[in-house]
Amino acid sequence: MTRILLTLACLLGPLLSAPAAAQQADAPIQVLLQEHGEIIAESSRRSIGPAIDALADSGMPEAQAVLERWQAKEMWIDAASGLFVFAEEVDRDTLRIFDVATGEDLGEVPDDTYDQLKPNSGIRGMIAAALVRFQLIDPDPTVRATALDAIERDPEASHLSVLRAVKGSDGTPDFLTRVERLERLLTIRFAEEDAERIAAIESFAGDLGVDVRAALNPLVATRLEAAKTMPDGPDIAGRLYPDREGLSAGDAYVLLVDAGLAPPRISGEAQRQALESNIQNGAVAGIEVATLSTQTARDLAYRALAETGAVDPVATEGEVNAALADHVFFARYIGAPPAVAQAAALALGDIGNKVAFNRSLDLALDGISLASIYFLAAIGLAITFGVMGVINMAHGEFIMMGAYTGFVVQQVVPDYTLSIILAIPLAFAVTFAAGVAMERLVIRWLYHRPLETLLATFGVSIALQQLAKNIFGTQARPLTAPGWLDGSLVVNDIVSISYIRIAIFVLAILFLAMFLLVMNRTRLGLEVRAVTQNPRMAASMGINPDRINMLTFGFGSGIAGIAGVAIGLYAKVTSEMGADYIVQSFMTVVVGGVGNIWGTLLGATMVGFLQKGIEWLNPSNTLAAQTYMILFIIFFIQFRPRGIIPLKGRAAEV
Amino acid sequence: MPHKLFLSTAAAALIAGSLPAAAQDVACPIKVGVLHSLSGTMAISETTLKDTMEMLIEQQNEAGGLLGCDLEAVVVDPASDWPLFAEKARELLTVHDVDVIFGNWTSVSRKSVLPVIEELNGLLFYPVQYEGEESSKNVFYTGAAPNQQAIPATDYFLEELGVEKFALLGTDYVYPRTTNNILEAYLKDKGIPEEDIFVNYTPFGHSDWSRIVADVVALGADGKKVGVISTINGDANVGFYKELAAAGISADDIPVVAFSVGEEELSGLDTTNLVGHLAAWNYFQSADTEANEAWVAAWKARMGEDRVTNDPMEAHYIGFNMWVNAATEAGTTDVDAVRTAMYGQEFPNLTGGTAVMLPNHHLAKPVLIGEITEDGQFDIISQTEEVPGDAWTDFLPESAVLVSDWAELECGMYNTQTKTCVQIKSNY
Amino acid sequence: MAETTLSTQRAGRKPRFLLADNASVLIFMGLLALFTLGVTVLSEGFGIGVISTSFVKTLGKTLCLCLVALAMDLVWGYCGILSLGHMAFFGLGGYAIGMWLMYARTEIIVTESLAAAALPPTPQEISDGIAAQIFGVVGASEFPPIWAFAHSLPLQLAAVVLVPGLLALVFGWLAFRSRVTGVYLSILTQAMTLALSLYLFQNDSGLRGNNGLSGLQNLPGLGDVPQSTVSLWFFWASALALGLGYLLCVRVVSGKFGSVIRAIRDDESRARFLGYPVEGYKLFIFTLTAILAGIAGALYYPQAGIINPAEIAPIASIYLAVWVAIGGRGRLYGAVIGAAFVSLLSTWFTGGQAPDVSLGFYTIQWVDWWTVLLGLSFVAVTLFAPKGIGGLFDLIADRRHQDRHGADLGPEPGALREKESQV
Repeated sequence: MTRILLTLACLLGPLLSAPAAAQQADAPIQVLLQEHGEIIAESSRRSIGPAIDALADSGMPEAQAVLERWQAKEMWIDAASGLFVFAEEVDRDTLRIFDVATGEDLGEVPDDTYDQLKPNSGIRGMIAAALVRFQLIDPDPTVRATALDAIERDPEASHLSVLRAVKGSDGTPDFLTRVERLERLLTIRFAEEDAERIAAIESFAGDLGVDVRAALNPLVATRLEAAKTMPDGPDIAGRLYPDREGLSAGDAYVLLVDAGLAPPRISGEAQRQALESNIQNGAVAGIEVATLSTQTARDLAYRALAETGAVDPVATEGEVNAALADHVFFARYIGAPPAVAQAAALALGDIGNKVAFNRSLDLALDGISLASIYFLAAIGLAITFGVMGVINMAHGEFIMMGAYTGFVVQQVVPDYTLSIILAIPLAFAVTFAAGVAMERLVIRWLYHRPLETLLATFGVSIALQQLAKNIFGTQARPLTAPGWLDGSLVVNDIVSISYIRIAIFVLAILFLAMFLLVMNRTRLGLEVRAVTQNPRMAASMGINPDRINMLTFGFGSGIAGIAGVAIGLYAKVTSEMGADYIVQSFMTVVVGGVGNIWGTLLGATMVGFLQKGIEWLNPSNTLAAQTYMILFIIFFIQFRPRGIIPLKGRAAEV
Repeated sequence: MPHKLFLSTAAAALIAGSLPAAAQDVACPIKVGVLHSLSGTMAISETTLKDTMEMLIEQQNEAGGLLGCDLEAVVVDPASDWPLFAEKARELLTVHDVDVIFGNWTSVSRKSVLPVIEELNGLLFYPVQYEGEESSKNVFYTGAAPNQQAIPATDYFLEELGVEKFALLGTDYVYPRTTNNILEAYLKDKGIPEEDIFVNYTPFGHSDWSRIVADVVALGADGKKVGVISTINGDANVGFYKELAAAGISADDIPVVAFSVGEEELSGLDTTNLVGHLAAWNYFQSADTEANEAWVAAWKARMGEDRVTNDPMEAHYIGFNMWVNAATEAGTTDVDAVRTAMYGQEFPNLTGGTAVMLPNHHLAKPVLIGEITEDGQFDIISQTEEVPGDAWTDFLPESAVLVSDWAELECGMYNTQTKTCVQIKSNY
Repeated sequence: MAETTLSTQRAGRKPRFLLADNASVLIFMGLLALFTLGVTVLSEGFGIGVISTSFVKTLGKTLCLCLVALAMDLVWGYCGILSLGHMAFFGLGGYAIGMWLMYARTEIIVTESLAAAALPPTPQEISDGIAAQIFGVVGASEFPPIWAFAHSLPLQLAAVVLVPGLLALVFGWLAFRSRVTGVYLSILTQAMTLALSLYLFQNDSGLRGNNGLSGLQNLPGLGDVPQSTVSLWFFWASALALGLGYLLCVRVVSGKFGSVIRAIRDDESRARFLGYPVEGYKLFIFTLTAILAGIAGALYYPQAGIINPAEIAPIASIYLAVWVAIGGRGRLYGAVIGAAFVSLLSTWFTGGQAPDVSLGFYTIQWVDWWTVLLGLSFVAVTLFAPKGIGGLFDLIADRRHQDRHGADLGPEPGALREKESQV
């Protein structure tokens, strides 16, 4: 602030001080800038308008360059002379400056007396809008696209004519489609003729774009009014009834009070103050103060006061209800002429149905996405818990280890694509090894004591989590997805899903396929199933159950590691990320049914959709969704204690 | 530093004349308690502040200590465990007999410590921006109250960016809840209708943001400019900003202003997709002043080149220096004497201008708004005059009638309507 | 286990002399009394001031943790239900008493401040004032329905027992009825405590969300009593509760009832086939221990000063299991020893008192490494010393179980195996 004051002080006598050596203080553009020097230096969206308009309307050839470089934060002001220059920072203390009029290089100067103009994004948007007229006819297609972006963000009435002028010109089909669409949108907003606007509105029938709704919704804006009788006229949008949808009785009465149709009510606080200010000799209107400790007593006292004329009378409950019954409430179009508003309302109604449909589609996509994340997190557990009957509470920490492996790989290999390709097998290897180590050292001694396995793996989980904290710190670490996974697959403005989630979905499908393949088509799978069903018999057939157990456990853990990379890519890598997923993963496996991969898939789908569904019902509180989901699962297990797809036969008893 | 040194020596000289015996009250060394979590979830944020305190104390000792004594830091670790904060505070005050405590980060930890500090008449400097609605006799709040961060940022949205529709996204705990309540009331005051304010709370560490980001985008359907005011805490920001980037939302489409994202938090993020989004604080590392340059240089020299400075560090810097000056002025470290001497203390901010300690135990500080840049720093695009911190917000009906004034009224919760002190102790 | 089994057999013969007959109970009660007396004498409030008030509080809290560990031992070590949700009941007890403490203290403040107003306050104004004070800090101002009884100490004291008890009863009935056992039950109880803590984390839960209830160390109307005195009151109360809880647990595990629940632990199906209503026994134990946990929580949190949802996060209950396992499950004093030993050691290590270990290239700071150590030692205990610290007493007493060879002691998961029972 002091900086700005200083600048202002310098501006008071700006043109008198000696200009810097080669600067053209009298160039027309510099003079124009100086004229608006004060508001430019103040740099506030509220006051900057005239300066931008003056530059844009000046017709000077340099205006475009000045606006562009100002927008890019490359314009500086010389506090000593008050003159504007373009400047580039050479280093911390030195600037290379250029003349605003000619662009001539004025050499390097210390930055002591120069202040950078920092237009905020509001101002930058205004500059962009002003630049449209120059940029839309620019030969460079990227510049023209920038201009269209600017129109999309801040459409102005003046843009309509510019767009119409460009409409017929040549350009890429893409460009022309955008121009044509924008022209129709701006017609809806700014055209003079109702017929023109209605035609434009109708041309958008069924369009799902947010921009279309953004253009239409202001047209159907209404104002609530109240009157004795229902008025007639094309601009009446509809009648509303107090205490029904869209209008509470309280709001309705406020409308009446505001319209002067009814006396106001009084709040408890105001009533107390009124009573307090009318205390005389320990009594209010003859009623003793000491008795005023209930609301009824205070109401009575207030009425008594009102009768004496000391305070204004207020409405009682009965009077309020009578007043509400006596009046009609209705909405009146205020955003546009009635014909246009009705056309817009019609179009919006149409769009609204499609929007609702697409919303549920998007919700379903979200549900699938969450389900695939849960499935990924749970599939490793489904193997160790479901197939081997071993509870591995450190499963979440294996997910974390995989994610940290990805992080470390990214530190070494800076190319994101390559690092992810490397990270996935590496994460598998690391967690496979960790899984095998844990199986050999801990779990194998506890195969017959499931509860102890639970506890021992908890110990491992606690230790691993703290170890990760000690090594990597407690803050979240970045695991950045390669560029080709940035962005979203956009079906329309409502239905979209980010590529990273699609990738996770694909990964989940791959894992499912791999699991089925390994279990049903390989020797290892056969042996695993044999050991699961009857270890002694399997052993007598020449299978080494120890080896199989070890490999199965390693396999399950390795998959958890890959899941960790995927989860880290879409969310974050912290030492606690495993703990975030462990309970959900167990729920997924338990709900689905132990020992069956399809059960796990169903479980994940159910848990994912359920959570999204609850979130959708209660959008303002995501935490509640998790609580209700867990509660639901607890109850679900009451009715299907063995999950959706229970294990049948003798295996279920072991 | 030299400036402050001069001030304190001058003050000391002044006091020494009038109170010759005062210095004898002090037992050497003077102990300064540091109550910041060094382990657990808050360690990442709070360890920095512990290091800051150690650096400040070292600097002060090099400059000659305080009242002829050396300062000694007593560091304890409450381990991000809220009940443990109360226990450690008691330990600091009764076992270690510290003269002052600098500490806490989360509101719940402060609420945990409050009863102990008030019971034992300790002195706490709390350095983090918080939700207000509190003014304890024994706490000096050197972080921002809502009117020093949230309200100016909202004004910036309304006036400079022309935002007409607000999404208030926060983590579900007391700071976002209270701040959003205040903002809702404020926005309604400013004529924003209720249906144009979208509020959402998510758990700590939330990671699945697609639905919420989609909801925010959908807000634009009625043609109004949408802005997001984020009180999202910690790790959850990572997923949130990733999802914003994936949805292709730039700061020009839907600007986000964050109250809990500073230099430290950005160091865990790839900021290329965040350029142009905003944060509001009382301090940014990029502030262009001599004092700040020296401060950043000292910090980097001590902690390493890649470390950053942030707002709560500046709060401790101001708080500690004010305490030193107040103790020098009072000639003792006695809590009540120092407290009285604190009122009206002035100290230069690192961002320029002067911070003043008000009788409501809050500072008057300038509010800065910065745009995120590619290198994980903030480009300061707006800096206000000093804004006096307001303990009780003017925008909620229950607290609009309350004021805090420990100098004149001797009360932190004074009802201006009934002209009574609601309570001397704080509500926890 | 061995020792209690023996004593049980004897107690079964002449239950009247339970106390006199059971040396370990006598020793335990004696030590507890001695400890209480010692702390009192050394305290600041009533003694010579060697032990600081904050340490008295720590000791008092530790006694409460011992009580909840006792409950955990009963439900897990004796009845074989590995509940990973007992800290939820502990927390609920704390919340129940915390509501009254907050309400009553705030009520005093509000009535005092309103008394100065010109008009006498209406009940509505008082209630609004209290609500604004309690919920103002978390951005709300109305009383949620669950605070309906907060004004009454007897009702909230009843809630300390009833809320955890009813929750355990309903949850246990649902779970045991559908034969959810073993690890499924453990995961389900963990889900329960997770759901509860997530629920409480919301501001809308009406219990101040993440902030929880604070300032609980200040007793309403006793603001003038110094904390050094209050801390001792709670210390005594905790010691008394632990002593009574111990006696209760001894009573439960001895006699025929005790034999049945141990039978259920060792082989649930066989117990059922023998005609015992297994679900009823399990439900009784589950509910009883939940109530014990609730009482322990109600005594713990006024000493801690604050309760918030992080206290009932799943990890807390896991630590509870860790204590009992390290102390030695299946023997009541084992649980007490485990809780006291591990929680005090925890305090010592995380409090920064433990000296750093310098390895030359790396310095081990216990603040960071204590949890790793705890986790690993837990694994070690599970693998190598299933009897925990309590096993040491067997060594000292040189008492050995009769050698039993053979396979499993039962087909059910969770049943004792040969190796375990050999000790």
